[in-house]
Amino acid sequence: MTEQTKKEKNMLGLTGAEAAAHAMKQINPEVVACYPITPQTEIMHTFSKYVADGDVDTEFVRVESEHSAMSATVGAAAAGIRAMTATSSQGLALMHEIVYITSGLRLPIVMPVVNRALSAPINIHCDHTDTMAERDSGWLQFYCESAEEVYHMIFIALKLAENEKVLLPAMVCQDGFITSHGVENLREIETKKIKSFIGTYNPKHSLLDIEHPISSGSIFFYDYFFEARRQQIDAIEQAKLLYPKVAKEFEKISGVYYDFVEEYNLKDAEYVIVAMSSTCGTVKDVVDFLRKQGKKVGLLKIRVFRPFPNEEIVKLLKDKKKVAILDRAIAPGSYAPLFSEIRSVFYESDKKPEIYSYMFGLGGRDVTLDNIESVFSDLMNNKKEKINYLGLRE
Amino acid sequence: MKLKQDKKQDKAKNPNAKKGWKELPIGTLVLEPGSSLNYKTGDWRTFRPETDFKKCIHCMICWINCPDSAITVKDGKKIGTNLDYCKGCGVCADECPVKCIQMVEESKYRK
Repeated sequence: MTEQTKKEKNMLGLTGAEAAAHAMKQINPEVVACYPITPQTEIMHTFSKYVADGDVDTEFVRVESEHSAMSATVGAAAAGIRAMTATSSQGLALMHEIVYITSGLRLPIVMPVVNRALSAPINIHCDHTDTMAERDSGWLQFYCESAEEVYHMIFIALKLAENEKVLLPAMVCQDGFITSHGVENLREIETKKIKSFIGTYNPKHSLLDIEHPISSGSIFFYDYFFEARRQQIDAIEQAKLLYPKVAKEFEKISGVYYDFVEEYNLKDAEYVIVAMSSTCGTVKDVVDFLRKQGKKVGLLKIRVFRPFPNEEIVKLLKDKKKVAILDRAIAPGSYAPLFSEIRSVFYESDKKPEIYSYMFGLGGRDVTLDNIESVFSDLMNNKKEKINYLGLRE
Repeated sequence: MKLKQDKKQDKAKNPNAKKGWKELPIGTLVLEPGSSLNYKTGDWRTFRPETDFKKCIHCMICWINCPDSAITVKDGKKIGTNLDYCKGCGVCADECPVKCIQMVEESKYRK
């Protein structure tokens, strides 16, 4: 233990999954619906211990599937209280219909998602296919590099989600096994500071408010459906406007400002990698290494994926020479998701870098320092091929 | 070219025009209880039940089977059908033990 860590009395050593559960404990939601799936099971396991020990007041509902988990969470949230659950991969896919319902009903549910590949073939390891499949669902999406970031983003997500101009659910994502099962340092924030930051949840309308009866989830025919969807778009646009304010307020209790994106040696970089989640840690190491050799390389980490920070991306990348977008997901038949979205935001820009797609890490395929170095090397050596697969055996 | 349905939505002229997305409550919420009464489903009818009260034995079998609770009753006797909500499904005519209910084409009543 270093001198610095000895002094930080609030330093904990937790896995990403435990960190998520720890955040949930400090939020102390009224209801948590529980169903296990590798690699998020430890979130539910850890939380169930808090329930058993009386560390939380949560009503812990053990359901029979993720579809039921999300349904129970939705019902609880619609009744007017804080409800949470957690999932991955097949579980998220199973609850897919309810995921859309959650955002349609405008329920501010925060759900830690541990990114895992979707079958088939069956794979329990990390990739982003599961949450990329939900990118049009109307949920806020945050991709976290480390256990501490997961822990912190859950609070930010909750505060933003519950804002009455937003009222949208949020996924706080972390890489399966890499982050979820790796023990890392994180600085705990005192529960009373968390409580003061998140406040109490006072929904304007709730099913348990019998003085003001409401109907929720009614049928909307062709004459009203479009308007309901337009409201959701407005809400997520409001989330984008409000996010910096929430992040700034969180900085007061954490000492960290979590922007939409994170720049690493980006200012004077000519060759940039854009990536999300734990891979950013690997890229940072390679950037450090290449910078020592005088190479002008940098990283742009995307933290807030929904709402998509298009203005920030254009502003930070338009003057760069070459940019490689790393996608831990594919979109067969079209371009990889992050690559596709970033390319399209440059359409109206007068200046834009050369943009490359690198699909990588599917099904937990390791991405090594050498892999990342080869990407920078491709960029610096004028690689012709724009669409690439990193770490694939030909 | 202004279409008939667009003219109906002109809020200045029609106070009942449908609300835009900025005015609707969010989250699919309906804030007034019992508001389903405002939707006159009788509009959907293509056949109307006609009861022959000379034959009716007031057994209430039509009343208990009606999916819309559209059979009107007074002093323990059937007096008619609530045409605001009767959808003309014909279950009453089907269930009636004395077959005193006929389903008559709605168009005969609309001139």
